[in-house]
Amino acid sequence: MRPAWLDRAAIAERDMTGADGAALRLEGVSRAFGGLRAVDGVSLTVQAGERRALIGPNGAGKTTLFNLIAGAVPVSAGRITLFGRDVTRMAAHRRAALGLARTFQVSNLFPALTVLENCLLAAQGLHPAKLAMHRPLSGYRELHARAHATLAAVGLEGRARVSARHLSHGEQRQLEIALALATRPRLLLLDEPTAGLSPAESAQMAALLGRLDPAMTVLIIEHDMDIALELARAVTVLHYGRVIADGTREAVKADPLVREIYLGA
Amino acid sequence: MRGPVAAAAVVVAVLALIAPLLPAYPLTLLTQVVIVAVLAMSLDLLLGYTGLPSLGHAAYFGAAAYAVGILATERAAGFVTCLIAGLVLATATAAIFGVLAIRAVGTYFLMITLALGMVVWGLAFRWVSMTKGDNGISGVPRPDLPWPGSLWSPLPFFYFVLVAALMAWLVLGVIVRSPFGLTLKGIRESESRMRALGYNVWLHKYLAFVISGFFAGFAGILWAYYNGFVSPVDVQLVTSVETLLMVALGGPGTLAGPALGAAAIVFLKNFVSVYTKRWLLILGAVYIGVILFAPRGVVGAFTRGHRS
Repeated sequence: MRPAWLDRAAIAERDMTGADGAALRLEGVSRAFGGLRAVDGVSLTVQAGERRALIGPNGAGKTTLFNLIAGAVPVSAGRITLFGRDVTRMAAHRRAALGLARTFQVSNLFPALTVLENCLLAAQGLHPAKLAMHRPLSGYRELHARAHATLAAVGLEGRARVSARHLSHGEQRQLEIALALATRPRLLLLDEPTAGLSPAESAQMAALLGRLDPAMTVLIIEHDMDIALELARAVTVLHYGRVIADGTREAVKADPLVREIYLGA
Repeated sequence: MRGPVAAAAVVVAVLALIAPLLPAYPLTLLTQVVIVAVLAMSLDLLLGYTGLPSLGHAAYFGAAAYAVGILATERAAGFVTCLIAGLVLATATAAIFGVLAIRAVGTYFLMITLALGMVVWGLAFRWVSMTKGDNGISGVPRPDLPWPGSLWSPLPFFYFVLVAALMAWLVLGVIVRSPFGLTLKGIRESESRMRALGYNVWLHKYLAFVISGFFAGFAGILWAYYNGFVSPVDVQLVTSVETLLMVALGGPGTLAGPALGAAAIVFLKNFVSVYTKRWLLILGAVYIGVILFAPRGVVGAFTRGHRS
């Protein structure tokens, strides 16, 4: 069975990107922690269906930028537009309802719950059934089908009954992706999906990311340049909270400033 | 899931069968256990499932008990009026306190619920014209209901309480197995992930808080009829602390566990206090033992795998 989130037609149907076709637009977005400007006037546009890598040295503000986009941390200044709607002051869960999903750099799962329950929580997050109290969850076939399909897509269907805390680190990273995919997002923010993985596991993860629905817009933070540049044609380079380069991967690779401070060549 | 349900069914059946054989005093204690078990289960919805340690649960329990006490004595109100008034007052109290408490997390949540609980205790103690203050409200009559046997005699009243508690347990059991119940567990495990998945975490915590207050009120109504007496003791901090201990002892997030914890504490309190006034010392020792050797409570220690 083809998982629903791979279904291009379904996604195109609900597609309501802004008039200019941008899935995400940042204008002068800043965030200060005390005197530290972790993100400093970042402007960035991600077109619908685009795959963009966000790279930069440690402490460049990449994860903070994700937190600002997802609404986990409020902006100090600037404007964020998601699918043509101003979401600058919108709560995180309402941004998720617009079709935004994210993964976390440090796995953020539900450790005491089973892998299946983890996925069910993700599947029902944007489903009206989440407020139902009068019938058992086991009666919701559609949610179970979606959870199982998502687990199959990331290769965890054999581990459905295991507690998330008993998964290996690699499996936890797979579940991390599954939780984001089970919400059927239109814009996916991936925060270092290969963090802490062995080369073999990284290769598996790259294959999994390569299978994502091409209609889904993806913004990925990744330290592994091979994986980042294989997945994304467009690259944005962040350094001390500022965008120092933005363009195709070839152009960014050739940029002398980027080569000097980041690629070290 | 079948295991615990079957075990609980056996326990309830055994209770129902041995009740007629028991002398008056143990039967009275058993009735007390069943009522307090409902209070402990109501708190379990907050502490065990949602991860919110409330230290003010006596407030909703006591609010409902006072509603019944005042209406049944001064207005000679019937059972249905008392039941509805008690549930409405407890739920409304939880709905107001929830707005103030839910924003806080961890120890701050504990402190705010404690303070709010003290407000209700203060009212019970000082609002003498309404609550008769320290003297309490005595002579709360048990209702006349179409029930086999008069509720004034211990055995029919025990069965009445047992049926009421069973209903509360079934409804709570349905809630924790529903999509909403899984949402509460998700909030306990990771609020930030829940927000990223599209959940309005505040709303779900608030609903859990109000539902929990409703069931605490349900227990409070039974309590008022059981004692025939309502006083500030019912809403004091010690009542809240004991309830928290019952949940921790029995096993948070299991419903049946806190009911078991209620039995342990009620019997301990009544038997040990015959021999020594320092029974809280013994209770404290038991509590430390549980935290050290069975941090997931008695039921948690005997069930393998994940907490559900």
